[in-house]
Amino acid sequence: MARSVTTKRKAINTTIAWAIGLLIFFPILWTILTSFKSEAQAIADPPLFLFFDWTTENYSTVMERSNYGRFLWNSIFIAGGSTILGIMIAIPAAWSMAFVPSRRTKDILLWMLSTKMLPAVGVLYPIYLLFIKLGLLDSVVGLTIVLMLINLPIIIWMLYTYFREIPGEILEAARMDGAGLKAEILYVLTPMAIPGIASTLLLNFILAWNEAFWTLNLTAAKAAPLTAFIASYSSPEGLFYAKLSAASTMAIAPILILGWFSQKQLVRGLTFGAVK
Amino acid sequence: MGQITLNQVTKSFGDVQVIPPLDLEINEGEFVVFVGPSGCGKSTLLRLIAGLEDTSSGHISIDGNDATQLPPAKRSLAMVFQSYALYPHMSVRKNIAFPMRMAGLDEATQKAKIEAAAKALNLTDYLDRKPGQLSGGQRQRVAIGRAIVREPAAFLFDEPLSNLDAALRVGMRLEIMELHKKLETTMIYVTHDQVEAMTMADKIVVLQAGVIEQVGSPLELYHAPRNKFVAGFIGSPKMNLIEGPEAAKHDATTIGIRPEHLTVSKTEGLWKGTVGVAEHLGSDTFIHVHETGLTDMMTVRITGDIQVKHRDTIYLTPDMEQLHRFDAQGLRLG
Repeated sequence: MARSVTTKRKAINTTIAWAIGLLIFFPILWTILTSFKSEAQAIADPPLFLFFDWTTENYSTVMERSNYGRFLWNSIFIAGGSTILGIMIAIPAAWSMAFVPSRRTKDILLWMLSTKMLPAVGVLYPIYLLFIKLGLLDSVVGLTIVLMLINLPIIIWMLYTYFREIPGEILEAARMDGAGLKAEILYVLTPMAIPGIASTLLLNFILAWNEAFWTLNLTAAKAAPLTAFIASYSSPEGLFYAKLSAASTMAIAPILILGWFSQKQLVRGLTFGAVK
Repeated sequence: MGQITLNQVTKSFGDVQVIPPLDLEINEGEFVVFVGPSGCGKSTLLRLIAGLEDTSSGHISIDGNDATQLPPAKRSLAMVFQSYALYPHMSVRKNIAFPMRMAGLDEATQKAKIEAAAKALNLTDYLDRKPGQLSGGQRQRVAIGRAIVREPAAFLFDEPLSNLDAALRVGMRLEIMELHKKLETTMIYVTHDQVEAMTMADKIVVLQAGVIEQVGSPLELYHAPRNKFVAGFIGSPKMNLIEGPEAAKHDATTIGIRPEHLTVSKTEGLWKGTVGVAEHLGSDTFIHVHETGLTDMMTVRITGDIQVKHRDTIYLTPDMEQLHRFDAQGLRLG
């Protein structure tokens, strides 16, 4: 009897999980489906689900009209650059907070997080002026720096949590073995924290890839990444749903593929410590 | 190599002073054991010597050079931790090679030293395994191997055997002692186990609340404990401490007699009591005696076996030559 109850429970749980999963995935699915419709079918009422004339016309139009390759390259540069730069600053920062904490460490951590509570638009004006002064407007370098700074608190927090799981004695052993600070972080701490660092890298890359507020406000044409590429197809008249969907699909495809292949790593990293 | 001097060293954590001003001299080639109850500051003292904690004041010198401000890496000391603290992502070979890699030794020398250390510690077959695939004893051997190849001025051991089971502990204890005989390098060993202290040390440092209670050879501490604390801490089972009129008879506030310095009779003796529990070890018997009117419980150690039953009446006679006398401050008299 107990067995049948378990099986029934399992079936219900599975159904609920699939339903929630589909609900979350539906907007993405709808975008992908719409990208294969004609503009007329895209706004048809009632909406057409699967039975329409499939076409790749939107994709060829989008490819013709805009330089997808340049947007893609900018996205890779900005997301990759800000992630690498961020991790290089965050590893030593998290090391010091986790292994040589001071009385104020907890306060500093909270203060860093508090910067994420401020709406981004609150600092748009000063940062915009600063960018004009420094000649960084519409440059990938400027955008890389801003995105790195925006995500830095989260990277440090995540790494701090992972590092706390590593026994301090192992680092002390390294110090006794003659390792300086650089060697200790490079040869002992980092390899031990690889799962945590990898998931932090991945999450930060995704956040930077999808970031739209700063990328839209601080770029024009030269440094615009894929988020700006999507935005260029949204028109107030709403006449280009299909092309907008095609552009969106092209923008999210790389990150979706990356996420799909690294989901095991991501889950492992996010639960690191919980299942020690 | 391996002379360590502590001069007026103190350590405070915030407002709490865990090590009051402390002087200590550790001679070249000595096996020194820091022993004391939990929280007595023995590990802190070792970490101060290692450089893993900063001193609050005072000086530490190693081989005549002031090392107070030197980072751990520059003190040419090697440490073996209670938790082994091996690098889990490296093979045994790489673990042992790590200090040599940090010192910039060439590959050939590294290889030769790894082979030698592995052979001495019976690790040759395990060189390519990760620490996770080894038993507790093997892991501790790797930690010792990692310390040996560094050729340090002194070895520091922080309760290295606490995580091992009893049988393995005795074996490893012997191995460490043999290693000391072979290398003749200074070793500082922290333990709360007074049996380890007695069997291993050339010199024991007994600590309580950060204060050195006594420094001396194991037998000095056993035969002439400087105060009641040392008397009670060194020796197993513990010394019987008696206060009141019986002590006053000997012009002392407290008298102490070790369990092995009491003789037992079923018919006559100085002190009368009843048998509580008898622990038969085969070679020895420990009898816990109650209702002596002297103290709650007295322990007697008899060589061989003796047939006594619970609640039997028993007589104890101390060997007066072996009686220890302490004054009101707990300090040794005479």
